[in-house]
Amino acid sequence: MLGAVGGFAHGPHAEEGEPRSAAVTTTRVLAVRLRWYERVPWRRVVLVVLGVAIVAVVVVGTMKTLGLPEAQRYTGQNWINFVARGISQGAILAMIAIGYSLVYGILKMINFAHGEVFMAGAFSSLFFADAYARSGFLDRHPVAATLICVAVAVAASVLTAILLERLAYRPLRSAPRLVPLIAAVGASLFLQNAFRGFFGPQPRGYPRPQVLGGQLSILGVPFQRMQVLVFVVAALSIVALTFLVTRTKTGRSMRAVAEDREIASLMGIDVDRTIVVTFAIGGVFAGIAGVLYAMTFEQVQFTMGFRPGIAAFTAAVLGGIGSISGAALGGLLIGLLLNVGPALFLTGFGIPSPFSLRDAFVFLVLVLVLVFRPGGLLGTGEPEKV
Amino acid sequence: MSVPLDAAAPAATADRRPVLELRGVSTHYGLVSVLRDVDMEIFPGEMVCLLGGNASGKTTTLRTILGYVQPSEGQVLLDGEVISGLPTVEIVRRGVSMVPENRRLFGSMTVRENLLLGAYLRTDRAAVEADLERVLETFPRVRERLGQKAGTLSGGEQQMVAMGRALMADPKVLLMDEPSMGLAPVLVEQVFEIIRSIRALGRTIFIVEQNANMALSIADRGYVIQTGQVVLADTAENLLRNPLMREAYLGEL
Ligand SMILES: Nc1ncnc2c1ncn2[C@@H]1O[C@H](COP(=O)(O)OP(=O)(O)OP(=O)(O)O)[C@@H](O)[C@H]1O
Ligand SMILES: [Mg+2]
Repeated sequence: MLGAVGGFAHGPHAEEGEPRSAAVTTTRVLAVRLRWYERVPWRRVVLVVLGVAIVAVVVVGTMKTLGLPEAQRYTGQNWINFVARGISQGAILAMIAIGYSLVYGILKMINFAHGEVFMAGAFSSLFFADAYARSGFLDRHPVAATLICVAVAVAASVLTAILLERLAYRPLRSAPRLVPLIAAVGASLFLQNAFRGFFGPQPRGYPRPQVLGGQLSILGVPFQRMQVLVFVVAALSIVALTFLVTRTKTGRSMRAVAEDREIASLMGIDVDRTIVVTFAIGGVFAGIAGVLYAMTFEQVQFTMGFRPGIAAFTAAVLGGIGSISGAALGGLLIGLLLNVGPALFLTGFGIPSPFSLRDAFVFLVLVLVLVFRPGGLLGTGEPEKV
Repeated sequence: MSVPLDAAAPAATADRRPVLELRGVSTHYGLVSVLRDVDMEIFPGEMVCLLGGNASGKTTTLRTILGYVQPSEGQVLLDGEVISGLPTVEIVRRGVSMVPENRRLFGSMTVRENLLLGAYLRTDRAAVEADLERVLETFPRVRERLGQKAGTLSGGEQQMVAMGRALMADPKVLLMDEPSMGLAPVLVEQVFEIIRSIRALGRTIFIVEQNANMALSIADRGYVIQTGQVVLADTAENLLRNPLMREAYLGEL
């Protein structure tokens, strides 16, 4: 996976500038008559077969699922629940994906510790949420209590992100691409184990204000209140970020650094500061997402950043890494795929617990995107800038 | 100060202090020596050109002035203050700006955004607006393209935006690195016409060019470097007449 990520930015030009002698040799080799099996473009054949197989499984699975006898079939309300859950989880993934995307846009590097930035925020706010739940403040003033939890989570995530940049990535900025990637994996392990060491390995309950517990009827369709909140918060913050990046001076400086660091400094832009700001914005989003996630699932654990991290990274790549709208779209699609896909595609085959296979879906999508469209859905074949 | 330089400085400016000065500057990339003991002076309101063959160190001279590379020996002074050793951003803040080699616009941003980035460090909004207006008067074609992505402009248009962007910084010294490179002959004429008009506004310009004839025809003075050393420094007229120059740089033109 890492190799593929490092590779797609180089594109097809990697082999230009071969010495002339090599070209001569190639010509001579081509002059030899090829056997039929040497003429077949095996790579393409494999890809096409793979693509057809996946489409076939999806189509047949969907048809079989929808054709199940009444008793085994999911109800309409089931499907609505799957979709609602998918959208709300997708919104959280989108917020995390933005962190990957922004950092990639500006440094051309995958911050593999970003899942832990998310975890650090959620985990740190637990202590406040816990205390407020015990004192009753959480239910007496749910808005204020939740806002404080979000503020604490954002502060913790931003601090983690900035420290990562300062300590792990900045010293390696001129090193080969693989080096900061390895540092990121190391930092991720370090953060996980630090939280395990200080706060224990077991999952810990995260309180949720009671007002967020029930359901809410929109146009006669009942939705979980928490899911509605998640969606609204994510949508608003993504709109705000889009405004920041496209309309403000800070956003302009971020795009300038992403596009040409040297010329950005010729404009008078402080490149280091801009990179810190970018990490900080990723941290803000991770912190907010952390509280939303913790309140949705009502627990936190030191490993909680791993799976959402991978899913969000996949979302960012799927949408087109470096692009904010790409991260949003990718997040929604992955969220839906995770929550609707297993039921829709796999139930018909009689697989006993299709939702256990959801992580496999994520990896499958990641591989397929990297193979078929490395620039992502909204990308242009080459990864897009911020 | 070396002898030919004194001779080269026009009488009108000889008693003034240079706005930009290189004193015994040597620059290395790693162990490779690129500039060797370079002395240069640019006086306020002057247009000075730097000539030299490929890989002679012209771009490196500009990069050294801007602090992208630090001189291993010697100093760069702006208005009499040492600026070598300062970070690029600080040097830009003090009033040096550049039209880089190959234009280097922010291709995914609009022309307007590119121009505004040139004024990134300025806080005097009204003056920035006024300068934007003046730049658009200098480059009427750019006005039509304000909302267009800079990457989609033609080469000539891009060169104009690059010059406009550098002017938006309202610099004390404007550096230009081969503004005519890669442009069709008609456009080269146009670009030099524009440089002449920028110059008429009283800008101090230090321009690197391969197109020696063109550059000398609009400059006051010129320096010629070879493998990182200044080999000639004289007024533009004298350089145009110099037999060595004619042979080495003006020959085929
Ligand atoms: N970043 C660098 N690292 C190592 N060597 C460099 C670097 N940049 C330039 N050089 C070398 O320094 C020498 C001078 O380069 P420079 O770009 O200053 O030349 P130039 O006069 O601008 O040439 P041109 O007319 O082709 O633009 C060249 O030999 C070049 O290979
Ligand atoms: Mg050059």
